[in-house]
Amino acid sequence: MPRLSAWFIRASLIYLLMGFTLGALLLANNGVEFMPSAWALLPAHVEFTLVGWIVQLALGTAYWILPRHTNGPARGSLALGWASFGLFNLGILLAASSGLLPGTFQLAGRILQMLAAGLLAVLFWPRVKAYGL
Amino acid sequence: MPILTRLWIKTALVYFVLALLLGILLAGQCAGLIHLPVQSLFPSYIHFLAVGWISQLIIGVVFWMFPKYTQANPRRSEGLGWVTYITLNLGLLLRLVGEPLHATTNAAWAGWLMAASALLLLIAGTAFVINTWGRVKEK
Repeated sequence: MPRLSAWFIRASLIYLLMGFTLGALLLANNGVEFMPSAWALLPAHVEFTLVGWIVQLALGTAYWILPRHTNGPARGSLALGWASFGLFNLGILLAASSGLLPGTFQLAGRILQMLAAGLLAVLFWPRVKAYGL
Repeated sequence: MPILTRLWIKTALVYFVLALLLGILLAGQCAGLIHLPVQSLFPSYIHFLAVGWISQLIIGVVFWMFPKYTQANPRRSEGLGWVTYITLNLGLLLRLVGEPLHATTNAAWAGWLMAASALLLLIAGTAFVINTWGRVKEK
């Protein structure tokens, strides 16, 4: 798989571990309370599991397996790809900071995620094509 | 496809249906048509969708399709795969039982069921990541 896909997928595996760890803390604490402030971790649990793990794995896999270009760089601009990776992951960390940092940080996180999604849409769009093109 | 992948994907499909069934119960209660204390099933509904269905489907396909670990051990460890499958599903089912029981009875043992479920799900995630990490290879 290309290096960028490997980074997206490795990051998604790290978020899976972080998301499951936070989820385990929340669930165990709900059953046997040992950490009264645990609910503050819920936004990070949701963000890491849904966006960091599931969405990011899909992005990395799509970059890898969608049809390649026949001319020029096989998977489009590498610079755009790496920019989307950086923006997306910074966006996840900021969006997960609910309860820890002021709301403007979560807003900034969502904006960065949207910019990453836009860049990825630009990269993926021409690779969604019929056979022989 | 390998037996573990078939199990993961078929089990994921079962969770998909079960999650939507829980969704019907929750919506029925909101609509005033079902008079059962089902609110405590909401976390199971979400986790059946996000973990039982989507994550388990992904795990099954990753185990099958990702680059080979080695020619001799293409899927790295079958043992870790079984640990992932068993702990993930046992963890989800314990949650389905433990959470509503704890919410309705507040019994300590039901709380410990939830703690056991949490530990099992964490083991599942960790086992999957350990088994998959070495198969994420740049070419």
